[in-house]
Amino acid sequence: MAIRDVLIRSGRVIDPAANRDEIADLLIRAGKIEAVGDSLGTPNGAEIIDAAGQVVAPGLVDPHCHLRQPGFEYKETIGSGSLAAAAGGYTTICSMANTEPVADARAVIETILEVAERDAVIRVLPLASVTVGMQGRQLVQMGELSDAGAIGFSDDGIPLSSTHTMRTALEYATRFGHPVANHAEDAELIAGAAMHEGLTSARLGLPAAPRQAEEIMIGRDVLLSELTGGSYYALHLSSGGSVELIRRAKERGAPVRAEVTPHHLTLTDAIVGGRNEPDAAHLQPYDADTKVNPPLREQSDLDLLREGLASGVIDCVGSDHAPHARHEKEVEYAQAASGFSCFETAFATMLSLVHDGVLDLPTLIERMTTAPCRVYGLPYGSLSNGVEADIVIFDPDLEWTVDREQFLSKGKNTPYHGLPMKGCVTRTIFGGVTVFDLAAAAAPISGSVGD
Amino acid sequence: MTTRQIMNADDMRRALTRIAHEIVEQNAGSADLVLIGMRTRGVPLAHRVAGIISGFESSTPPTGELDVTMYRDDLGMKIQPPAVAPTDIPFPIEGKDVVLFDDVLYTGRTVRAALDALTDFGRPRSIQLGVMIDRGHRELPIRADYVGKNVPTSRNEDVKLLVEELDGQDSVSVATLDRPFREG
Amino acid sequence: MPLTRRNLLDLDDFQRDEISLILDTSVSMTEILSRQIPRVPTLRGTTIANLFYEASTRTRVSFELAARALGADVVNVTASGSSVEKGESLVDTLRTVQALGVDVVVMRHHDAGAPYLAASILDCPVINAGDGWHAHPSQALLDLYTVRSHLGDLAGLKLVIVGDIMHSRVARSNIWGFARMGARITLCGPPQLVPRELTQLPGTDGVIQMEPDFDLAVEDADVVMVLRIQQERMDGVHLPDLREYATLYALTEDRLARARPGALVMHPGPMNQGVEISAAIAYGPNSVVEEQVTNGVAIRMASVYLLVGGGEEAGANGD
Repeated sequence: MAIRDVLIRSGRVIDPAANRDEIADLLIRAGKIEAVGDSLGTPNGAEIIDAAGQVVAPGLVDPHCHLRQPGFEYKETIGSGSLAAAAGGYTTICSMANTEPVADARAVIETILEVAERDAVIRVLPLASVTVGMQGRQLVQMGELSDAGAIGFSDDGIPLSSTHTMRTALEYATRFGHPVANHAEDAELIAGAAMHEGLTSARLGLPAAPRQAEEIMIGRDVLLSELTGGSYYALHLSSGGSVELIRRAKERGAPVRAEVTPHHLTLTDAIVGGRNEPDAAHLQPYDADTKVNPPLREQSDLDLLREGLASGVIDCVGSDHAPHARHEKEVEYAQAASGFSCFETAFATMLSLVHDGVLDLPTLIERMTTAPCRVYGLPYGSLSNGVEADIVIFDPDLEWTVDREQFLSKGKNTPYHGLPMKGCVTRTIFGGVTVFDLAAAAAPISGSVGD
Repeated sequence: MTTRQIMNADDMRRALTRIAHEIVEQNAGSADLVLIGMRTRGVPLAHRVAGIISGFESSTPPTGELDVTMYRDDLGMKIQPPAVAPTDIPFPIEGKDVVLFDDVLYTGRTVRAALDALTDFGRPRSIQLGVMIDRGHRELPIRADYVGKNVPTSRNEDVKLLVEELDGQDSVSVATLDRPFREG
Repeated sequence: MPLTRRNLLDLDDFQRDEISLILDTSVSMTEILSRQIPRVPTLRGTTIANLFYEASTRTRVSFELAARALGADVVNVTASGSSVEKGESLVDTLRTVQALGVDVVVMRHHDAGAPYLAASILDCPVINAGDGWHAHPSQALLDLYTVRSHLGDLAGLKLVIVGDIMHSRVARSNIWGFARMGARITLCGPPQLVPRELTQLPGTDGVIQMEPDFDLAVEDADVVMVLRIQQERMDGVHLPDLREYATLYALTEDRLARARPGALVMHPGPMNQGVEISAAIAYGPNSVVEEQVTNGVAIRMASVYLLVGGGEEAGANGD
């Protein structure tokens, strides 16, 4: 069946790859971008999308998410995750290897790609683990996995504690041109910890770990990257001090890149003690929908991380979408699963930083499109002529309220439930096909738009 | 709201004097007599009667203070549990003639609570009741043995007793309210 | 000012008036407990469930006696011998208890925050009998009551808390309670077991100090509150051994002599005599340990009464 042509009219087209930020039309033919410019002609039978007042950008690329399939389908599937991601404006998502079985063998990578082909509405690219079973000792067959389609290697979820193993992994991976990504936390310091060590944890009596638990590992990893020349990707930075370590490593020429999540840029550890806000935004103390690894930290960390993202020391934004079932979160804090269901709030959360003047919109788009592609050497994230038409259209001023029951993700675990957001994806197009349309009846967010 | 005074300080003094004599007469002396005032304003009345009795008998009857909050039957009907004050009955009541004192006798529920409370302290030989005002409208089969003044009232009236010890003056007045006022 | 909260979870948001109300009400409860028949019918028809995930004699029996003294019925749900042992989740247990028609839940749990989860699930009041390292509000209230009954006004008193403060819910709740009542507090213990952030709790403005040297900390103290040191901390990782701990942090006669004459010695129990507190002091003239236990019943009666003694709606033209 032929894909219908699409003309997106009069939107503010932001294409970081081409340094473009202007009002223009965008024409899609046969699923590819045909042209971007003024007053483009409309082909017969083309769908016309009026994007006046909205922004047209490359579909967002998420370098870090957890799709839970195979093995944890009760939390999420590749299919449901892709629908949620599309609603969040993403057209390419990179999934982590902590599935069951772990993505440490060709068969698992191939399964993921097959399921994605069958069930996913957008592009799903898998990472493989660094070590077999994520046990932290034996290296995986990086060549085999690379050949199967893995775009990078990470034991994310579990810190790679063995210095020797990390060194060897970084060196070996240079053979295949893929980065090694680490969940950088010192395993001994974080043992048993449920949150960030600070005034809030002292008051709440929760076991906690200091920001140095992250900085120690980041410090170690960037030194190893420099030593080996191996590409290192620092996942979900949470500590302000880590930014400085990344900056100095880059200055010395180490092949290091770094990401930050929307929640580490906008939420502090104080919310673990409850948030006293009217109506649905109120959070009880010890609500496990505030629990995440690495943990939310203090305002000083947020300020440094924001600066880092704005300046480019932090290369890109990763959602770290980590859906969990209700019964895994509705338990005692120390025993609760960690992580947030992020796809459907990530972009709007980042737009709040644009509204607050932390960074401008074109820079944000760059951090969420071309930058994550650079991490894994992916050919996506642009609106150049001839590429697959992966596009997001959004209204940066549309106000809505987060309602987790409306999420397309199976995971309803979010600390943003009930909070107002400004900025909303109205359309996501993958390969020229609309995979999310806010105006459509089934769209989740539309129910609470305009509240 | 309109208020009229029905007893002044002299009226109250004469009533208490009469009550004190009635008590001693009814109990054939004051040997086994104990007086217990119900919080809050029954307490100064009990102390005063004890003082008057000591003026014409050879001894002062022991006097105690009873808080009945924990025995009320209407706690579940209130939004906030009412404040509790200490009970002080520093003598045995076993086999004694107890005279309870309250300021106003109305529905009788407060006295019922006091009877319950007293039985938790022991078994008196008798329990008698003295009040400054009996305003009618009993909801339980309770009656006063000693009454300062009988004052027929309607449900939208409030009878208020003030005492020198707590309020700076002695008086009893009746106020008419917009709606029925419920006392214990 | 009446007690308008539904639950008693922590003292961290209590006003001075609320604490005073509970202490004042406890005076009446003490009197009731001294009677020949230490029972009132106030909460007749009310069922209180003790949901204890951690073993406890002292606290559980204290709550039970308090409930019975108020005329309430008590049911005990302990972690062993119940479906909890079979792995039933906390939320499921709570829902079951609620469906069984319980009016108050008193809860002790090894994880901080569990009573807050309970409060969000249950319609009835929840009383925290201790959650992990976080809070033990009724203990702090009985400690405040005990000190007040001996030393009067709490404002300006010097309280020293000594021991493993990081892992102590008794310490945290007492810090909030005594600070709110205007006392000065010194936290003493091995530095790795005393979080320095506790000196910066909101609203306490410098009344909380740290002093790791016990000989210095105890000078001029009006109250010395000794915490139990737990065996599992003596694993060589948290602390080297018992002997070193006792040498540095045991309350000995010499150290007590540096406090004010007549200083009170307190301990939440159970005591490791000869470890954190010398045997002679444990039941000596300064010790109020046994009174703490007795006062605990009165405090818990007052707490339950003030939380539950009211009803859902106002009575006819209320009083």
